Amino acid sequence: MTTTAPAAAKVPAALRRQRRRRNLRTLAFLSPWLIGFSVFFAYPLGATVYYSFTRYDLINPPVWVGTRNWNYVLNDYPALWQALRNTLWLVVVMVTLRVIFGLALGMLAIRLKSGAGLFRTLSYLPYLAPPVAATIGFAFLLNPGTGPVNNLLGDAGLPQPGWFTDPDWSKPALTLLALWGIGDLLVIFTASLLDVPREQYEAAELDGVGPWQKFRYVTWPAITPVVLFAVVTGVIQTMQYYTQAMVAGKVASGIIGNSGQPFEPGYPQGTTLTLPQLVYQEGFSTFNTGAACVISLILFAIAMAFTFVLLRRRSGLLDDD
Amino acid sequence: MAQTVTVEAAGVVPPPVPARTPAQPHRRKRVLSWIGVHTLAVTAVLFFILPFVFLFLTSVMSDKQALTSHLWPTSWEWGNYTEVMKTPGFGTWWRNTLMYAGLGTLFTVVSSLPVAYALAKFRFRFRGVALMLVISSMMLPPQVIVIPMYIFWAKQMHLSGTLWPLIIPMAFGDAFTIFLLRQFLLTIPSEYLDAARVDGCGELRILISIVLPMIRPAIAAVALFQFFYCWNDYFGPQVYASENPGAWTLSYGLESFKGAHQVNWNLMMAATLLVMAPVILVFFFAQKAFIEGVTLTGVKG
Repeated sequence: MTTTAPAAAKVPAALRRQRRRRNLRTLAFLSPWLIGFSVFFAYPLGATVYYSFTRYDLINPPVWVGTRNWNYVLNDYPALWQALRNTLWLVVVMVTLRVIFGLALGMLAIRLKSGAGLFRTLSYLPYLAPPVAATIGFAFLLNPGTGPVNNLLGDAGLPQPGWFTDPDWSKPALTLLALWGIGDLLVIFTASLLDVPREQYEAAELDGVGPWQKFRYVTWPAITPVVLFAVVTGVIQTMQYYTQAMVAGKVASGIIGNSGQPFEPGYPQGTTLTLPQLVYQEGFSTFNTGAACVISLILFAIAMAFTFVLLRRRSGLLDDD
Repeated sequence: MAQTVTVEAAGVVPPPVPARTPAQPHRRKRVLSWIGVHTLAVTAVLFFILPFVFLFLTSVMSDKQALTSHLWPTSWEWGNYTEVMKTPGFGTWWRNTLMYAGLGTLFTVVSSLPVAYALAKFRFRFRGVALMLVISSMMLPPQVIVIPMYIFWAKQMHLSGTLWPLIIPMAFGDAFTIFLLRQFLLTIPSEYLDAARVDGCGELRILISIVLPMIRPAIAAVALFQFFYCWNDYFGPQVYASENPGAWTLSYGLESFKGAHQVNWNLMMAATLLVMAPVILVFFFAQKAFIEGVTLTGVKG
């Protein structure tokens, strides 16, 4: 230890200059992000924590109220639990179905002998539809009275659900919309299925195994990391679920566009409420900024927990090759 | 072939089921599986495409017919599209959306590229930490930080009612773009860069004249992603622009078609398709870059 200190000091001046120049160069290249990260991530995160302990209506200066907002949101605020329950439903049903459906479509895509390109392009198109446009479109298609879907169901003698207007069907309707826009998972699963080594299938065939065993012992182990990625990113996206739920609720409840008419998100009966909508509602409709910040931080904690799961599972993200 | 000829020559009626050589049940199974797979594929494609078809058919119906439950238009009202485009505000929303998406994309790519290059090709002490922070901020729901950001832009910068609070931050790197570009940059062999360094080339010049031409498809992919992100963004314009219809974007303004025309589903659907159209057109021209980008996010790395 005693010998290294003087040795370090003896680093030639030229080398030290070079090192400093290299550090400055790195800093220069990173500077857009360093500024962006501090101004648009670190600072607002800290400020959110601060505002969560204040009463602030965006007009009068903030007043320190201690843990009052936290007590209120955690103890006297049923909407929080309702939003969390909705999110849990969406994670379990929507994310699971998306992964299963995406995987099934991927397996279908790689088995197609003809028209594979066309299949992929057409299946991919809905993913591109802007969420607002897609949601409004689905609100029309699933319109209980005159929508084409209920028409066809009626012609077939099947029950005609109320979809976005029925508390029991609003989340399934959102799920249908999410399954329609599954193009991203289709592409990811197709690519990962094509990466499974062919020799392993040939070896399995030589051993005379059936299709299920081939999937179980060859395909599944090879694609597990991608499935995990799809599940975790799906959960993180569900935490951010906002546009579709908000627009579906507005259109289905008959709220006239952005006319300023008050809209309480979650229509019908809070069944489409999510945490991001609560943040908007408290922050910009009821101006209860402190509560909005508490909800933001709860959202942050959950999203970061899943991000760390993703980082641990896919530590390859941080490697060089 | 030879067998059939002899059978016919013998005057015997050929059996309806061909003789069972070991290859043939296998072939029949293959034909059946071909039919099964393609039936499933057609069903899936119908699920994806029919909504577009219904939206389109409704968009060319008359006002009255759109309120009935007919699926096929009795008269083709192409004028719905011109009527939508003439709606006050629609032109402004187009301009705003193009400005938001255009400037946003340009700013994002220009500011993210050097960061991605440094994270992929420079060795420095806190690189692992920096990368982890990039990925974390990529996963951050925008609602988490919106309250202080709104206060900052509205109270300090007096920019609420405009799209600048959404565009300006894009000049300071975007986590997702940085991450994707870095993944692409990792595939470039460092030997190229070392060779240029030996020749006395500076890093900025290496980035611009050697790396940039090599990763043009990657640039196209991230530019598309960012363009689509801005085009589709609803939350951002709702927070910052809702008070001023002159600053609305298509994604945000689309909803109010219901307001301007009550529940004229035909016009609403025409507007919806007009908002979808550019995105889908752009995709057809840049399909390869886009698919490559999606694949890279999920599979490699």
